[in-house]
Parts: sequence; C-alpha cells; structure tokens
Amino acid sequence: MALEKITRVAGRAVHVPGNDIDTDRIIPARYLKCITFDGLGEFLFHDVRKNADGSDKPHPLNEARHKGATILLSGANFGCGSSREHAPQALQKHGIRAVIAEGFAEIFFGNSITLGMPCVSASRDDILRIAAAVKADPDTEVAIDLATQQVSFAGQTVSASLRDSARDALLNGRWDPIGELLEGAADARKAASRLRYMAV
Amino acid sequence: MPKTLFEKVWDAHAVRRLADGQTQLLVGTHLIHEVTSPQAFGMMRDLGLGVAMPHRTFATVDHIVPTDQASEPYADPLADAMIKELRRNCSEFGITFFDRSTGKQGIVHIVGPEQGITQPGTTIACGDSHTSTHGAFGAIAFGIGTTQIRDIFATQTMALGKLRVRRIEVNGRLRPGVYAKDVILHIICSLGVNGGTGYAYEYAGEVFDRFSMEERMTVCNMSIEGGARAGYVNPDETTFSYLKGRPYSPKGAEWDAAVARWRAEASDPGCAYDDVVRIDAADIAPTVTWGINPGQGIPITGMVPDPAKAKGSDERASIEEALAYMKLKPGAPIKGTKIDVAFLGSCTNGRLSDFQEVARFIKGRRVAPGVKAIAVPGSQGVGLLCAELGIDKIFRDAGFEWRSAGCSMCLAMNPDKLVGDQICASSSNRNFKGRQGSPTGRTILMSPIMVAAAAVTGSVADAREVFGMRAN
Ligand code: SF4
Repeated sequence: MALEKITRVAGRAVHVPGNDIDTDRIIPARYLKCITFDGLGEFLFHDVRKNADGSDKPHPLNEARHKGATILLSGANFGCGSSREHAPQALQKHGIRAVIAEGFAEIFFGNSITLGMPCVSASRDDILRIAAAVKADPDTEVAIDLATQQVSFAGQTVSASLRDSARDALLNGRWDPIGELLEGAADARKAASRLRYMAV
Repeated sequence: MPKTLFEKVWDAHAVRRLADGQTQLLVGTHLIHEVTSPQAFGMMRDLGLGVAMPHRTFATVDHIVPTDQASEPYADPLADAMIKELRRNCSEFGITFFDRSTGKQGIVHIVGPEQGITQPGTTIACGDSHTSTHGAFGAIAFGIGTTQIRDIFATQTMALGKLRVRRIEVNGRLRPGVYAKDVILHIICSLGVNGGTGYAYEYAGEVFDRFSMEERMTVCNMSIEGGARAGYVNPDETTFSYLKGRPYSPKGAEWDAAVARWRAEASDPGCAYDDVVRIDAADIAPTVTWGINPGQGIPITGMVPDPAKAKGSDERASIEEALAYMKLKPGAPIKGTKIDVAFLGSCTNGRLSDFQEVARFIKGRRVAPGVKAIAVPGSQGVGLLCAELGIDKIFRDAGFEWRSAGCSMCLAMNPDKLVGDQICASSSNRNFKGRQGSPTGRTILMSPIMVAAAAVTGSVADAREVFGMRAN
C-alpha cells in the first residue's frame, strides 16, 4: 500500500490553550454514536464551542479569523483519557493536519500517527511564541518540517520533536502499518501456533 | 536473566521488528464492543480483507444499551443501529457475540474475566482504554484505536513500541473503610495523570497479595487514568482459583498444564524494573476527587485546594479551571458537598463484591430525599448473582433503582445522564467535564462504599462515620 510521505505540514494555525485536554473534551461521548467517522468534524470540541441552544460560545475554533486553520497548538498531555480514535478523526475531519503541543497521551499519539497526522512536541515558551505570532496575524504560515524537527513561522524557527519511530513512519510513508503487518501474517501464524491458548 | 512478566509475555508474542523500530505484536485475545468496532469492520470491507483468527475475537455490547429497557428497537435510533450493526458484523465475520439474549452480556471488561477468556500470560487488546483491567490476571492488556482494531482483525497483530515497567508496591495494611478504589485514586494523585506515560505498571506488595481478583481489577482498570498504557498483577493462587471452572478456562489435564505455565509467567525474583515506587498502605485514606481529572483528588477529610496556595502558575490555572467548573469553594471541606445523583456501577466497580459490600451497609437504610440513586451491575452475570443473593432487593428497599447490565451513567452514550449541573457521587473512573452526559454535569469519583454514604446522607460523606466503620 503506497502511502504519502509526510515530510512537512504547513498552514495557518489556531491555539487552543490548556493542559490535559481529554478526548471527552475533543469529542464528547454522545457523538460517538455513529458507525462511520464521517461527519465527526462538526462536533469537534462541541461542548466548549457550543451553547445548549446551538449558538457559539467564545472559542478559538469559532473565530472567523482562524477558519481554515490546519495546525492546532495546545498544552501538556493533549488527548488524555479514552482510546477513542474518534478524537483524532474529529480533528482530521475538521481539517486539522498536525498538532503541536507540550506533550501527548500515549494512545492519542499512536492513533494520530496511524492516520498520518503528526503530533509534535515543543516547549511551552515556543508554543506561546507561535501562538503570539498567530494571534498578531492569523494568516501567519506555520510550517512543521519533520525531517529537521523544526517549526518555522513569521521568520522564526523553533525545535519540535517527534518520537523516532513515528517520525520514520511519517517520513517514509509507513504511517499506516497494515501493509507491513500483512507481510508478517505467516510469521504471526507461526508465533500463534506456539501459544496453547490461541489454538482453535 | 530474571525477567518481568511484561518482558516474558512481550517476548512470547513479538512476531518481528517493523521498519520503524516498533514490534509486530501478536494479540492473543481481542475484545470488541459496539462503539469502536463498526468503523474497523467498514475498513475491512473497503480493503476486501477477512478476519484472520475470528476465534480469538469476542464481542459484547455495553456502552449504548439502555439499562431500563430490555426489548428492541431501542428508543434511540442511533443506539439501535449500533447494536444491529455489531450483530451483523459478528455473524458475517464469524465472531462470538455475547449478545443480550445469551445472558452473558455486560461491560466488556467484566465479561472477559467472568467467562474465563482473560488469562495470565496472554496479550489482550480492545478498542477501549480500560482494557488495562484484564492485567489483574497477569495479562498484558491495553486499549487501542479503531485502525488497530482493523489491524488485529486482518492479522491478529498490531504495531506497538515496547513499554517500560514501573513496579508499584503497596505494603502494610489498609485502614478500615479504605478500598481498592482508594488505592488507585491515591496512586494517580501521587504520580499524576500522566506520570505513567510510556509505562506498564506492575502492582505488587502485601496489599495486592491479599486483594481478591475483583479488587485487583479495580486498580488495574484505572491504570490508564494515571497515563500508563497497561497495569498488571502477577498471577498467583488467587488468580487460579478465580479462573477455575469458568466457561473458557482450560479443563481437566489442560487445566494443570495451564496453571504450571501461568505460574511461570510471574516476574522472576531479582528482575530489573525501570522504576520502583513504594507506598505505605496506612497512608491511604478514603479518597474523593474535587476536580475534572482523576488526579485531582483528596482524602475525604481534606479541603478543596485553594488556587492562591498553588505551587506555580500551571497548578493555579488548573485548580482555577477545575473549581470554576465544579463550582466548589477553595479551602472548603469536600465533606458535606451536596449531591444530586449517586451512581454505583461501571467497569471499575460494577462487580459482585462491590454490590455485596455496599449491601452489607445499606441494609435498612434509605437514600436521602431528592437523591437519584442507581445501581447497575456490570454484566448480566453479576446481575444474576446479585438476584440469587437477594442483593438487588436490599438496594431496591433502600431506594436505589436496580438496573440491567451496561456502562450506564459512566458515560453519556445511553439514556442515563446527568441533567444540567447536577453533581454525581460516582463509582466510575472519569470525572472529565461533561463525562456523564451533561456539558455542565459534575462528577465526584469515589469508592462504592463512599457512593453509598453519599446516597444515604445526600452529600459527600465519610463512609467510616456514616456506617460506623471502626477507625483504628
Ligand atoms: S463502564 Fe465506563 S469506562 Fe468502563 S467501558 Fe463502560 S464507558 Fe468505558
């Protein structure tokens, strides 16, 4: 399966500040009642973006000047909580292509990489610098270079890291592992045959 | 070289190294439910793939089932579509489905152990973060995303990076009124909600040696709330006697061989850990949360934190955010906080022993006026045992609604929801904003006994006082 090599993500950014933003916040559980992921983008951050009557609450994602942003900036431990892939799916369906945060919860990180959505870690100060530039001019282009692990924006460059295995997978177009896993299917059957509990 | 259980199980299931350095890991047991699997089945159809080892996947339905309505169609058309979709997928791909009609349905993390599917030395994955529950049996069990469910369907393997192992030893004796739930809340409060990132937790020490399987499950269940992908307890006689005679447990001569294998899976004496944490059981109090993540907890005798006294601006901001949402006063005692709802159930505390223990204390007591109290067995099996023991009646007599099995008010995917900014004393595992179905609903996590104490007094209370448990 040939996948796109993801080496660089560039676009406008939006800052959703906060630490420990959990997956229930990213996509509230009641919107998980679906049998496909299509249409999830609409409910991204629903409860912090919408009032009960459907009108908008003040939220960066509701601001017209940030419409069309493809890079999300946030705080520490982003995506903690549930294993629901609905969370990165909702971000992606909303148009987000990459997340820059201080750190990520494990399962969220893995789910995102498998969807080809880089999650890169940067220091708080650097994220705030990017956010300040975006605030001053929402059209600022923020570019994440995965090979050099750098983010450039408004004439500045800061470093942003990504675990080697994930970086390798994105750069080499191996972020969806299904092809490689299928190649190992015969080995897997052999390994299973050595385990008593897996016998038919 | 002495090895940890984690390393032994990992090595036995590692198929090969992948190009990006991760491991292709064999997933011996795959559990699925209605919420995270339909999209994976869809991906399989799109790719034209079949399920590689259908006999190693087991399905049940838990999140969306109404707990007060047995018959279909469900009032919620989306929920109804989801259960039908799972039924269709299981029959098409040849997967065992513990549907409601089988009498074996329930929360996936309760059904696996109950059926004897959860066994020591195995790898278990499920599209649900609380899969760590199964680690109580000495399995390496972890939550996965939907794309990985597809990977397991297609190959019975998935790509995973090896975890480090942190041993958490709890020694000494728990004080009266302190339960497994308090142990894990205490651990999360001590190590932080992301303290476990990159780790599997090995729980050990005298407290775990004495714990029943159900207590071990309660602790392992919430490993993920501390950021750890998996949590486990080494298998021992308690594990084996729990498993003996269960439907999927090995039988006859197979049983003896299995026990010998399982015994050998336990961590070897003298093996190396990446980290060790020691906790004195006597330091653990009945613990309740005051905030919006499970790490924001305090002893029941404690005060709601004051942002003015926070260490640093980060902590101040997170306390302020939590208190604004919870509408709690800084510096005030948490005890006495009025509650509207009491919820007893979930994969953390919805097992027989949870209801049995609470029944001992609420017998003859009444739920306080104005409090909605619901008790929801985690599986049809648990419900049946409770009925046989007359436990359901004790709950009903006390003014609880006694429901049928499901996730119920743990999350907002079925009709059981908080309304407005109601406060719920809950035996579940997550107090995130909006978790229990109302965007402004508030959750206070605690042990089942503490939920019972809150239910009968109408406010957050110290169960030791309410039920006259002797403090020593
Ligand atoms: S009881 Fe709650 S935490 Fe457990 S599986 Fe159900 S929804 Fe998830």
